[in-house]
Amino acid sequence: MSKKPSTFFNMVWTLFIISFFSSAALGFVYELTKGPIAKATLEKKIRAIQEVVPAFDNNPLEEVYKVDVDAGTLFFYPAKKQDKLVGTAVETFTTKGFSGTIKLMVGLLPDGTINKIVVVEAHETPGLGDKIKSEKSNFSKQFMSKNPSVFMLKVKKDGGSVDAITAATISSRAFCDAVTRACQSYKKELKK
Amino acid sequence: MSPWQNFIKGFIKENPVFVLVLGTCPTLAVTTSVANAIGMGLSTTFVLVTSNIAIAALKDFIPDKVRIPCFIVVIASFVTIVDLVMAGFFQVIHSQLGIFIPLIVVNCIVLGRAEAYAAKNSLLPSAIDGLSMGLGFTFALLILSTVREALGEGSFLGHKFIHSDGILFFILAPGAFIVFGYVIAIINRLNRCKK
Repeated sequence: MSKKPSTFFNMVWTLFIISFFSSAALGFVYELTKGPIAKATLEKKIRAIQEVVPAFDNNPLEEVYKVDVDAGTLFFYPAKKQDKLVGTAVETFTTKGFSGTIKLMVGLLPDGTINKIVVVEAHETPGLGDKIKSEKSNFSKQFMSKNPSVFMLKVKKDGGSVDAITAATISSRAFCDAVTRACQSYKKELKK
Repeated sequence: MSPWQNFIKGFIKENPVFVLVLGTCPTLAVTTSVANAIGMGLSTTFVLVTSNIAIAALKDFIPDKVRIPCFIVVIASFVTIVDLVMAGFFQVIHSQLGIFIPLIVVNCIVLGRAEAYAAKNSLLPSAIDGLSMGLGFTFALLILSTVREALGEGSFLGHKFIHSDGILFFILAPGAFIVFGYVIAIINRLNRCKK
C-alpha cells in the first residue's frame, strides 16, 4: 500500500512531520477558539448566578471571595441590591459524582435558606445521573426554599429528607454532598 | 462499485454497527436519548469524512509500519478540533454532548475505515465511504435510541407521549444489549432476504 519503505529514518521522519502539523493545527484552532470559549464560560457563570439568586444590581463577579475547604475552593458571589445583600451564589463542587467532578451554583438567601440550585458542570450518565439538571427532572427543585437547619441534606436511604433519583443514588448523594459543602461554609462565613 | 453503491452500503449492507459490529461501546453508551444519538452520529460523521480524506491524501507518504500511530494522530487532531470549535461557537450543543466528543477518538469505526478503506483508495471514494459509514452509524444510533427512549422514558426527542415513567430497564446497559441484539437479528434477516 505504501510506496515508502519502512526504514527507521522514514518512520521517525514521517511521525515527526505528522505530529508537527497536527500540533500546529491544534495550536491554531486553540488560539482561535480561546476567546469565544472564555466568553461563553463567563456568560454561563453570570446566567447561573442570575438564575439562583433574587434580582440584584451589583456585579457579583467583581465582589467574589474564595473560601478554601477540605478538597478545593468554593467561590462566593454576593448579590446586592442597593448595597443590601439579597443572596449569595456559591459555586460548589463534589468529587463523589458517578463520573468526574460535579459543579453546582447554589443560591442562598441571607438567612441560609436555599433559593435555587443549577448545575454548572456535570458528566453524569445521560438518562440517569444527568437528571440532577433542572431541565431534565424535578430533582433539584425539591431543594428550593428549604432551610438546611430543618431540611436534612441527605437522600432518604441515608436518613435524610431528599428524594433520590431512581437508579442514580450515587449522583443524588454527590449532589447533596456539594450542596452541604456550600451551606456549611456559608454558615461559617456568616459567623465570622 | 459506483459512487451511489459506495454511499448506500453503510446503511444496511455494511452498516458499521449492525453488520461490522464496530463502535459498540459508544453505541450502547449514547443511545439513551435520541438527541444524544443525533449529535454523536453527526460529529462522528464529520470526523470520519475529514480523517478519511486526510488519510487517503497521505497514504503514500506514510510507511507501513507506523501507519496506525499516524492515523491515530490525524484522527485525534480532528476530534480535538471538533471539540474546541463546538465549545467556542456552539455552546448549547457542546454542553449536551461534551463528554461524548473525546470518545470519538477511540471509536473503532474511524480507525477501521482509515485502515480498511482510506489507506487503499483514492480521495473521493474515501470521502464517500466516510460519509456513508458516518450516516450509517447515525442511522443505527437513531434506531436504537428511538426504541430505548420510547420504552424507557415514553418520549421521543424529549417530548413525552406516555405520561408515566416508562421501563427504566431500557435506559440501563442491559436494555441496550437486548435492543441491540434484536435489531442485529432483524438486519441479518433483511440482508439474507436480499441474497
